[in-house]
Amino acid sequence: MKGLISKSLGLHLGLIALLLLLHFILPDYHHVSLARIMVLAVYALGFNLLFGYTGLLSLGHALFFAAGLYGAGLSMQFFQWTAGPGFVFGLFCAIAVATLIGMLALRTVGVSFMIVTMMFAQVGYLLILYYNEYTRGDEGFVILRELRMLGPLDLSAEGTRYLVALALLAAAILIKLALVRSPTGRILVAIRENEERTRMLGYDPFRYKLMAMVISGGFAGAAGAAYGILFGYVGASFASIQYSILPLLYVLMGGAGVVLGPLLGTIAMFYLIDIASGLTSAYLFFVGLALVLLILVAPKGVLGTIRDRWVPWLP
Amino acid sequence: MTEQKTQSTITKFFTRRDTLKTMGAAAGLAAGSQLLSGRYAQAQSSEPIKIGFQAHRTGIGASYGRWYERTTMAATQLINDAGGINGRPVEIVTEDDGTDPKRGAEVVEKFAIQHKTDIVFGTLFSHVVIGSAPRAGELKIPYFVVSEGHHVASGKLNRYVLQPGITDVKSQVQSMAPWVGSNLGKKVTMIFPDFAFGHDHRDYFSAAIAAQGGEVIEKIAIPPTEQSFFKYFPRIPKETEVLYHVMVGPAVLTFVKELGEFFGKDRPQIFGFIDSLEAVDLANPGLEALEGTYFWEGFPRYAQNDGANPHDAFYREKVGVDANGASLSDPKDISTYAHMFGCWETLYIIKQGMEAADYKGPADRAKLIEAVESFTDFPEGPEHPQGAKIFNGQTHQVFGIQNISQVTDGKLKVVHRTSIEDSLYEPEVDYTKMAF
Repeated sequence: MKGLISKSLGLHLGLIALLLLLHFILPDYHHVSLARIMVLAVYALGFNLLFGYTGLLSLGHALFFAAGLYGAGLSMQFFQWTAGPGFVFGLFCAIAVATLIGMLALRTVGVSFMIVTMMFAQVGYLLILYYNEYTRGDEGFVILRELRMLGPLDLSAEGTRYLVALALLAAAILIKLALVRSPTGRILVAIRENEERTRMLGYDPFRYKLMAMVISGGFAGAAGAAYGILFGYVGASFASIQYSILPLLYVLMGGAGVVLGPLLGTIAMFYLIDIASGLTSAYLFFVGLALVLLILVAPKGVLGTIRDRWVPWLP
Repeated sequence: MTEQKTQSTITKFFTRRDTLKTMGAAAGLAAGSQLLSGRYAQAQSSEPIKIGFQAHRTGIGASYGRWYERTTMAATQLINDAGGINGRPVEIVTEDDGTDPKRGAEVVEKFAIQHKTDIVFGTLFSHVVIGSAPRAGELKIPYFVVSEGHHVASGKLNRYVLQPGITDVKSQVQSMAPWVGSNLGKKVTMIFPDFAFGHDHRDYFSAAIAAQGGEVIEKIAIPPTEQSFFKYFPRIPKETEVLYHVMVGPAVLTFVKELGEFFGKDRPQIFGFIDSLEAVDLANPGLEALEGTYFWEGFPRYAQNDGANPHDAFYREKVGVDANGASLSDPKDISTYAHMFGCWETLYIIKQGMEAADYKGPADRAKLIEAVESFTDFPEGPEHPQGAKIFNGQTHQVFGIQNISQVTDGKLKVVHRTSIEDSLYEPEVDYTKMAF
């Protein structure tokens, strides 16, 4: 058991070290792209906690991403806060929204949960448009460059952006790893496999599902806040249904219920779109094709299949 | 002192990648400089000027993007046939932004870093421009937009973003209000989509018509997801003299049809923005209700044959559009004629700017921006077929004439052309004071 823990910890720490190494050797374009991918992967990691480990399919996660994005962006815009306080406030907003939505949406199950979360996200999206006076609606707004500072660090600089994105991703991976390997993580998986049996064993599924929802929303909010701060733009499109579907695609591709699945899925999806869009305007066809092939060949996603066949200890 | 030292150590770590690269590059250069120097000079003088074209090939802006792309290619062909820019051919590198701000920003990165284009150019939708602009500023690549939004002149972007080829919505609305007030009526009801584009119209037109002694007596905001509009029409006050509409999106045909059914023959004057019906055939069933109503047009879709614009025929032929504003190869493929001229004119301004700056490569990007900022006017001609323009280097925004057209026998006939002066407003920013 101890060996397994050290093996999986070693793998994840090794991956973080590899990403740090890539900071020094990646060609410029991939370096810039990987910074964005890492932020989006944090979003997907959070989604995976709820979907892959707890078995709850939310179609409204864009609401939590947007809560972080707008929490950070609006506080920086109106109170002239810098990146640190902006990020913390964005994270707080996402956690608060996830707690509230969780308490309401978790009264439903299955398809109803999907629909309820999607409807709440749609409400959030329309509220952003409605309060156009503050949010600039669909058009969005730019976060001033001079506010995108973390102490002495200029977060609009390419090198700093990469390392801050990496720090966020590393924190997300390690927190998630610790959580899924803890007794609490086991209970989440038990709820996914058989909620009634878990209840019979004396656990309160609602409490654990709410906790998963709040942590998942927190990851999404952290990613949203970081995205706004690192790339300087806040807009309503990030609250649209498209951004609720994206983390699902990332997770399905990389592997649900595997800690690193969302990171792999985010990388794969980014480059699939990036390369295919250079070849044809019908690039979404390739995205669809890839997903169909994946379901036929590796229905548990790339890492899920690898775990099933070759690496059973993969957390 | 200690703080400075700490900061210096941190900075070194974060930029170590650049340091490593510099060391590697220096070693490589030392080894190969003698061998390569002759060849490099040769390549520099003849290699193409690469312009990254950020296109709405997919997404909600695809119909605009298709015609923006055709116009861009037509102008580029002419520029190249005439010897290119500074003796170098122009190469357009196109990437689809999906009409999405996230992808737009990624595309700017791709142009700047992967394709290594000299500049980025082209996009229309405001949210894509605003989402991409910070990255253009950070990557220090000039970003020439053809967006029509007020976001450039409002000062919320940065020195690398310019809009020299198309007027902005604030100037359009302001310049038309006097004619609307004098000829259609002073009591106006506005119907607009409940998002930023609609709110800009609401705010700018309300102020402009008030300056003419008129007033907006009702403002009806339509939620963006709305599919049917009958329930909103009873809110239009009876004393309304002019109904001002700027609906956009997939439901616009339904909107126009329902508006026609609601009013029948007894209706107020109706004034709208052609944005509602760009790329839409006015012969569509149900659009008969538009007969006699008025539209703003940046460049008149239908050939006017009134001698007012001697360059329209040449431009129209080159971009492949017939006298009715449709594609020469497919009469059902209606152009976005009121807007797409902006791509043509912007490319010629880029050419003019590069020639004025003696642009040789990315090191001259700041010189290019300064050169464009120094321009003050663009005379009407084949390079500026829509009409003469005044450019404000401080705000990075151009100003020009606007057209008001009436739907007559199913076609748009120009009934008024504003002057450039009607569209001017006080600068809200001075980008020239911002550092590069």
